[in-house]
Amino acid sequence: MTDDTPRTTVRMTVNGEDVETTFGTHKTLLEVLREELGLTGTKHGCELGECGACAVEVDGKPILSCLLMAAECDGAKVETVEGLMDDARLHPLQEAFADLGAAQCGYCTPGFLMTAKSLLDANPKATRAEVKEALSGCLCRCTGYQQIFDAVLSAADKMGRA
Amino acid sequence: MNPTNWNRDPKNSVGKPRRRVDARARVTGQVRFADDLSLPRMLHCRLVRSHVPHAKILGIDASKALARKGVKLVLTGEHFPIAYGVLPVSHDEHPLCNDKVRFVGDPVAAVIATTEEEAIDAANDVVVHYESLTTIATPQEALATPEPRIHTYGDSGNVHKKVHFEFGDVDASFAGAAHVFDDTFFYEGNTHLPIEEHASLAIQDPEGKLCIWSSTQTPHYLHKALAKALAMDPAHIRVIATPNGGGFGGKSDPFNHEIVVAKAALMLGRPVKICLTRLEVFYCHRGRHPIEMRMRTATDKDGNVLALDLQTLLDGGSYGSYGVASTFYSGALQTVTYTIPRYRFRGCRAFTNKPPCGPKRGHGTPQPRFAQEVQLDRIAVKLGKNPAALRLQQLAQPGSLTANFMRIGTIGLGACIDKVVEGSRFRERWGKLPFGRGLGLACSSYLCGAGLAINWAELPHSGVQLRLDRSGEVTAFCGATEIGQGSDDVLANIVAEILGIPPFDVRVVTGDTGLTPVDLGSYSSRVTLMMGNAAIQAAERARDLIAKSAGEKLGVPASRLVFANKRVFDAQDPNVGMTWLEALHRAESDHGTLGTVGSYRPAAPAAKYKGGGVGPSPTYSYSAAVIETQVDPDTGWIHVEHVWVAHDIGRSLNPTLVEGQVIGSVYMGLGEALMEEQVFRRLPPRLSNALVHKIPSILEYKSLTSKDMPDVTTYLIEDPDSAGPFGAKEVGQGPLLPMMPALANSVFDAVGVRVDEIPVTPEKVIRALEAKSKRYGPDEFPTVDWPEPLKVAPPWEGGDGTAQNEKPRKSKIAKDGTRIVTP
Ligand code: FES
Ligand code: FES
Repeated sequence: MTDDTPRTTVRMTVNGEDVETTFGTHKTLLEVLREELGLTGTKHGCELGECGACAVEVDGKPILSCLLMAAECDGAKVETVEGLMDDARLHPLQEAFADLGAAQCGYCTPGFLMTAKSLLDANPKATRAEVKEALSGCLCRCTGYQQIFDAVLSAADKMGRA
Repeated sequence: MNPTNWNRDPKNSVGKPRRRVDARARVTGQVRFADDLSLPRMLHCRLVRSHVPHAKILGIDASKALARKGVKLVLTGEHFPIAYGVLPVSHDEHPLCNDKVRFVGDPVAAVIATTEEEAIDAANDVVVHYESLTTIATPQEALATPEPRIHTYGDSGNVHKKVHFEFGDVDASFAGAAHVFDDTFFYEGNTHLPIEEHASLAIQDPEGKLCIWSSTQTPHYLHKALAKALAMDPAHIRVIATPNGGGFGGKSDPFNHEIVVAKAALMLGRPVKICLTRLEVFYCHRGRHPIEMRMRTATDKDGNVLALDLQTLLDGGSYGSYGVASTFYSGALQTVTYTIPRYRFRGCRAFTNKPPCGPKRGHGTPQPRFAQEVQLDRIAVKLGKNPAALRLQQLAQPGSLTANFMRIGTIGLGACIDKVVEGSRFRERWGKLPFGRGLGLACSSYLCGAGLAINWAELPHSGVQLRLDRSGEVTAFCGATEIGQGSDDVLANIVAEILGIPPFDVRVVTGDTGLTPVDLGSYSSRVTLMMGNAAIQAAERARDLIAKSAGEKLGVPASRLVFANKRVFDAQDPNVGMTWLEALHRAESDHGTLGTVGSYRPAAPAAKYKGGGVGPSPTYSYSAAVIETQVDPDTGWIHVEHVWVAHDIGRSLNPTLVEGQVIGSVYMGLGEALMEEQVFRRLPPRLSNALVHKIPSILEYKSLTSKDMPDVTTYLIEDPDSAGPFGAKEVGQGPLLPMMPALANSVFDAVGVRVDEIPVTPEKVIRALEAKSKRYGPDEFPTVDWPEPLKVAPPWEGGDGTAQNEKPRKSKIAKDGTRIVTP
């Protein structure tokens, strides 16, 4: 990026807080989150929309942040893994992922958590098959997915009872 | 260390399923992976990689790149005259190529600029002039094309390494056999595909020394490589292994980019970072070697193996990497699963102009394991036996020495087989399911760490240091590297178990050569066993100091004290005791500041012949699996219905993590069995002669998604092995091994065809169904000019582990403490 690189300013709500940020217009939401806002919880494995590591929630929907131009996000409501906790309390999904071994290296975990959150927000009684379907855009090389399914279902159960 | 009479049966945290100690960081996005780091004034590095597969470098013109405003530095091979490599026998890499390139992707220059974008643009401006050389695409071509040589070292021409061993008179066994089985197999290469792309950040620290954070599984080897390639005093280098976002062996080599950013940071006095793209990760590779195999087996009339005769031909790619070890591993572990009275192994690794192959989960052993287990299935079918019974009748014996002098510890394999057979109702259902549905069984064994280190120094393989703080917190320091497998949890768990405190009261500091004692790294499934034993020693020393002080105060013999629930108390009267904190303070007042160390080095291997250093391990883990598939005979489509897998873990330190490793191995094994392929193609000559990766993207490099993953039933067999910490064995790699043969065997049971090639794709199933032979696979093994065998008599034929026809070898200790043995 040089001095004459076109720049864009957007205002968005990130994890409930209003932010205004200016960046090279070519940047994706992923890059702006990580590089401009210091929110490195969101990961990347391809930057081509193929791995799901960069999934965040935009206006309540799971979105691959590497495929979304940040310049298009003016006015958007963005939720990242950093905003998943309720103050210092882990989200039930985070509790379940931690307890049931759903995060091994943890690199894919933010993407899975945000995708699973969107699923459970929309469909709190999701079945195992629906969980598999909803998470099929996220790749995990460590876990073999089984403990992730278990964690999502266990969190759904707890959230339903809460 | 004083012998202790505390028994090793765990009473506290060991053996209980629970959240790992670093789980919270992992589920909140707070683990700092290498690319998450950034520093003020940080510069960005981009490598210029070769787009030709084999060529002389005639010249590099970086003037246009250097003219760019943000560009600070362009490095080329001239800056890096010294070669390095992970194995002492193959220091054949330069951080940037010196005079020639050997594969598409070989780095020739590096651009360092103020932004990543500027570095990318400038890298595109670097012009490299090449003179193309003949390109070698396959090991067969390598054997037929001794010139031009890809490397000027190695056994001959483009053969990197050839080995030939004979343990007993194999030909005599074949001559007297009731049955002889002779099959050829091919196992295609595949890659690790960690979701995290490799990244490194180097700085010149305020004292002028080098510090590098890197996504490496082996900070100690990177430390050595940096010292050598940069001609630096290793005492002025600090390597910090950041937690790896998956490794699987792919981050075990010291890499070009790591040395390049280190050099740049030292030259510029500023932080320099690099993060590889996914495309570059595919080209860095170091993954599974493609291997051609021929396996001949002589049996008696009941199918008991009398002798095995294995040949392997490995496609090594363009550099040595771990390849010499991979070559030995393609034959070393064939003997530790079943009783093999006589054994011949011939292995050959060839150089080709493709990304270097190296260690991937199972390192060199999944390929011959596939061959052996598929052939056993054939033997069972031919002799009308159940495949489970055929295996059970000839399991290797616990505590025995194998024909090639591997010393076996405990064997939980019989129990593993029983579990998966029972769970899947294999005995009742195998061979009897309707056409299109099948069951396949396979077994395996794997190392719990290599018995000999890569650098043959008589030094510990792992060290642990404990600091016991007045607050009650214990800090455990160890060079082991957290790659997701849970090694930090193993360390905290073991220390906590012995000191009777919660694992969450132990702070772990790992993988930092500036702070932690050396551990050789997270590879060869060595960490739990080696670090674990070092941790036990350190923790028991601490406990002994504390027990002495607490015992004196309580008037109870130290040996009767129990450490549990943050208390130290009399086993005979739990009311007589004190808190952990009180005991700690007593000990500090008696002994001064509290700290202990522990270390571990495996016993000397029984194999003393040249090459016998690859394969020995303190003990071996065992696994068995049954896979049920549904195969569509019209499309060849294979649907995996269910997997039953049993693993001989010795002792499960944290069952939540152990189970995760087993299922993760099943997943990765099924990916290899069904779809994963690292394959190359030549571009049409009118474009170039490039040999490029066919599918270097995550979308096209097929791996299992959540929807492809079958349900897995896991059984953990716990029969503690005295070699392991609390009896624990490895789990990170072993359970992957039976997947590929079990899958192929289940396809045979389903539709009656043999696919003797991995991956087993729908297309191959259809081709096999259409073939007269009802088989798909290589017809013959390439002709290799094998050297004379090294002859070693098996233990039961009077052998002592040395070769009968070997010249005595000389060994000397190098400056850095490495033992160098020359023939
Ligand atoms: S980084 Fe892989 S999908 Fe976005
Ligand atoms: S936990 Fe490592 S990629 Fe999912």
